[in-house]
Amino acid sequence: MSRYTRDQMAARVARDIPDGAYVNLGIGLPTLVANHLPRDREIILHTENGLLGMGPAPEPGSEDADLINAGKQPVTALAGASFFHHADSFGMMRGGHLDYCVLGGFQVSVGGDLANWHTGTKDAIPAVGGAMDLAIGAKHVYVMMDHLTKKGESKIVAQCTYPLTGIGCVARIFTDLAVLDVTPAGLTVVEIVDGLPFDELVRMTGVPLHRAPGAQAAAD
Amino acid sequence: MINKIVATVGEAVADIGDGATVMIGGFGTAGMPSELIDALIERGARDLTIVNNNAGNGDVGLALLLKARRVRKIICSFPRQADSWHFDALFKTGEIELELVPQGNLAERIRAAGAGIGAFYTPTGYGTLLAQGKETRTIDGRNYVLEHPIRADFALIKALRGDRWGNLVYRKTARNFGPIMAAAAACTIAQVREVVNLCDLDPEAIVTPGIYVKRIAEVPAGIKPVAQPGAAA
Repeated sequence: MSRYTRDQMAARVARDIPDGAYVNLGIGLPTLVANHLPRDREIILHTENGLLGMGPAPEPGSEDADLINAGKQPVTALAGASFFHHADSFGMMRGGHLDYCVLGGFQVSVGGDLANWHTGTKDAIPAVGGAMDLAIGAKHVYVMMDHLTKKGESKIVAQCTYPLTGIGCVARIFTDLAVLDVTPAGLTVVEIVDGLPFDELVRMTGVPLHRAPGAQAAAD
Repeated sequence: MINKIVATVGEAVADIGDGATVMIGGFGTAGMPSELIDALIERGARDLTIVNNNAGNGDVGLALLLKARRVRKIICSFPRQADSWHFDALFKTGEIELELVPQGNLAERIRAAGAGIGAFYTPTGYGTLLAQGKETRTIDGRNYVLEHPIRADFALIKALRGDRWGNLVYRKTARNFGPIMAAAAACTIAQVREVVNLCDLDPEAIVTPGIYVKRIAEVPAGIKPVAQPGAAA
């Protein structure tokens, strides 16, 4: 069975972000999406630590310790960029001004609940950062994650067992096996990786899935 | 005449005593007032409550204050990072109390303190572990959590330039928590790379008006800490 690579997943997410959108990319896997945004679209990236109009990593040797992203990696500021303080930055999220955010996930439930900040184990040091603000703030919350855990368990679940980040907040899930929409009627598969039969995806996922028209894979 | 410029970082923090609540600006090391923190370590105040986004990075600034065991409690959003080993060690042995706050709630609670807001309803965190035990309310069909301001006795922040009235401008993403912490503390102390004359800051471009700032210490640019790639937010 084939799977989407990391870059294929990122390119697939990027395809769903329209020209003119204000977007926050979460740390980790979602950061990759920036490399795949179509060049013919003007998309403005927000970083929680106070920058709109974030550009790519600087040339080696031009790093500026005062110009970083949420992952504390050096970035650049594009022409037209603006800096602002933290309360303004999170007001942009909470106030519903960001069009899209892309987050990583431990689990997403059929109802669109997201768990992505804490495994809940006793010895783990919890850290939440801006995840809860993004989850409830952006107009469209996309989640990008592996479909299965390393142990082969589905990360798409009936109810999250990890501590929640946000309730009913996820609009679309991009995994290495499929693209799924959260709808009032449940999860709808809009795309499936080549060679994976729909019934097999349902079996692996372990929750009821609907099939959108045209979502059939070639080999199905 | 108003003159908020003090001669040294040591003089700037000389009255921070045991048990004080101290806000420290910065997101990771960007905007962290490391020289003021070094002076605070030297000053020796203990049993501090610290408000910061993180819980120290590497072996500079806030991390050294933690290492010196001067902090009783930390209020932050993202303690666990690849280079937060001093915090991690204290947390695992129960030597430090952690109040974990979603980053936007942290920023807004600080802002609220400076703006005289009694408390506010926010959607962030509703229905999660971090809202347990807090009042909730449904407004126009949406669920909110009641959050209270975070005030401090002192704020230590870093800016690019300042003048003797206390006006400040910042540099790039090192601005982060500086402006809101400046307003939320009874005594705000800024370290600036350069002290300038009153007429040198454009009034249209001043980010923190001097009313919020009590003291300014000049710390010229030295060796800048390098951002840690891969250390998460």
